Amino acid sequence: MSVRVQDAAFDAGAELNAFSGGDGVGAIVSFTGIVRDTDGTLAAMEIEHYPGMTERAIQAIVDEAMTRWALVDALVIHRFGRLSAGAPIMMVATKSAHRADAFAAADFLMDYLKSRAPFWKKETTADGSAWVAAKDADEDALDRW
Amino acid sequence: MNVMYFAWVRERIGVPFEDVQTTAVTVSDLVVELSAREDRYAAAFADVSALRVALDQELADFDAPLAGVREVAFFPPMTGG
Repeated sequence: MSVRVQDAAFDAGAELNAFSGGDGVGAIVSFTGIVRDTDGTLAAMEIEHYPGMTERAIQAIVDEAMTRWALVDALVIHRFGRLSAGAPIMMVATKSAHRADAFAAADFLMDYLKSRAPFWKKETTADGSAWVAAKDADEDALDRW
Repeated sequence: MNVMYFAWVRERIGVPFEDVQTTAVTVSDLVVELSAREDRYAAAFADVSALRVALDQELADFDAPLAGVREVAFFPPMTGG
């Protein structure tokens, strides 16, 4: 498994191709998160993180997913720094013999990355900058696991 | 110990980290101690229900003991993904 926290851009398609393959793999699921410009005014999104804890927290989440589901492998890439609208922020990929494990594990990884990996988003528009508030729904989503 | 601040907590306090000499027993004690120092701390810690804390890079509760802890970090709820 691979966990990467980086400021550099990544090519989700190339990453997915590189992740593909492996003995006994019958299913690959991936998710790519994109900087969303909700009403056409986003100038930039700044992503702050906690170096050290970020890698540890993501690794712990991936380890938990590997324990819960029959995964052959998992990949998490998450960017930090200043990003523009439309840029990939992060991606998750999982692979397994059968699709149920890959789907469930990817869903689990996303729910936990949202609320348990130390990243904070700040949006800048023409009106100024504001930190993105965590949603109760994101915290509640953890209960289903 | 090293005390770190992230996101709007960092902005309110004005520094990303600092060395703090303290005899606080728990995280909550440290919050009370820092809040009494200056208004910028009191502003950042006004509502601890809006904050999270990590001890040596692991999420913890505000009633957790600080004995043996080298790094404390305060930040708002995380917004990854």
